[in-house]
Amino acid sequence: MTWRRDWSRVRAIVWKDLVTERRSKAGFSSVTALGVTILVLFGFALGPDAQVLRDAAAGALWLAALFAGVLAFSRSYQVELESGALEQLLQYPGSRWTIYVGKLLSNLIFVGLMLVIVIVTAIILFQVRIPATWPSLVAILVLGVVGVVVLGTFYAGMASRIRAREVLLPLLLFPMLVPVLLAAMSASKALLTGDLMHEASAWTRLLIAYDMIFLVATLLAFEHVIEA
Amino acid sequence: MTYASASIPAVAAGRADRWPWFGVFAFAFLILSQAIAIITSPADRDMGDLQKIMYVHVPAAWTTFIAFFVVLVFSLRYLWKRREKDDLLAASAAEVGATFNGLTLILGMIWGRPAWGVWWTWDARLTSTLVLFLIFVGYLSLRAFVDDAERRAEWSAVVGALGAINVPIVYMSVRWWRTLHQVQSTPSSMDPAYVLGLRLNAFAFLFILIYFIRQRYHAACLQRSTEHAEEMTALGGQQS
Repeated sequence: MTWRRDWSRVRAIVWKDLVTERRSKAGFSSVTALGVTILVLFGFALGPDAQVLRDAAAGALWLAALFAGVLAFSRSYQVELESGALEQLLQYPGSRWTIYVGKLLSNLIFVGLMLVIVIVTAIILFQVRIPATWPSLVAILVLGVVGVVVLGTFYAGMASRIRAREVLLPLLLFPMLVPVLLAAMSASKALLTGDLMHEASAWTRLLIAYDMIFLVATLLAFEHVIEA
Repeated sequence: MTYASASIPAVAAGRADRWPWFGVFAFAFLILSQAIAIITSPADRDMGDLQKIMYVHVPAAWTTFIAFFVVLVFSLRYLWKRREKDDLLAASAAEVGATFNGLTLILGMIWGRPAWGVWWTWDARLTSTLVLFLIFVGYLSLRAFVDDAERRAEWSAVVGALGAINVPIVYMSVRWWRTLHQVQSTPSSMDPAYVLGLRLNAFAFLFILIYFIRQRYHAACLQRSTEHAEEMTALGGQQS
């Protein structure tokens, strides 16, 4: 029953991260506030024209999620490093991947909750009309967030432990996330405008493939990253 | 975790003196290939002599992809065997590949300005080449910022392998993104008069790529063995 023990390790890490986050609160609210601020700035950059705002809503939302997400990912390792908790975490017996999966899940919850607030703000600020196909929109959001969080959690494991981490994490992460961003932005935009060309399903398949490939690849590679 | 760094000074010192000749050969071959290509190919009907830039632009693009394939192979090999040589070779290939990648982009822009009237267009190939460049700039920055050699090797092998895996996905996604919006112009099939020059130059660039990677690798090995020697001296041990 090793998987059961592994699973309880994963749960313990998720629980630890969420409790730390809930007790400090400052982390979540400041990251979310940053996401909302970026949306407001996009609104200024694009001007008050309602149609322009509506067309750019998907792109603005994803970029806001990305910039705010980067901070969340590096925070999730930084709290470990500040008091030397990571070394202790590594000394516990058991597979290393459980640490990664635990971090991944807690980041998913963290970024997911943040996105709920940011999305509601985006719908209001950018005057988005919610289409009848909104369940597919939610599915694309989930797939996109999984892609972002998988690579974000993974790269933050490295970047948070070096000098110049503020620059290095986005520099490593953003070019890698180009397929996720293109797929999520194009699919959401297509759905918001009625998906006349039926392109959303192709993008969804790309997102699923991307998520699977990098989930497996990062799971295999995490041991190299965390022990070095 | 074993880390075979002792094998570094064994950089085929005996054969090293043959490499300058290979360099001379590579550059001579390039000059010759360029001359042949320019002499044998007629001026293009639409582009005139502007077409000649193909003989440097296209080989540069091909060698970029070869270099990044080398990064993938030696990154994976490092993760498998943990030999410092593989790490240094992957890093050398990444550096040279990024240089050729930058060259590809700049040469493409020089061609694009008169041919298309713009320096840049969000075409699938252009955009994915740029993203590739950014991925490997990230790789090289990571190497620059990590001081511990073992950690640097481990991390950059992972980043290099993930980056290389991502290349086809990036290309596919950018192509979809473009084609779903506007029809991409297809390059007209090439006249046989241009093929010989392009092939010769492809080989010339390949030789130069090999020479550059090898020289960079040699320099990296020397640098590492100096660092090892310094460490030994600092520890008060005998220099081996």
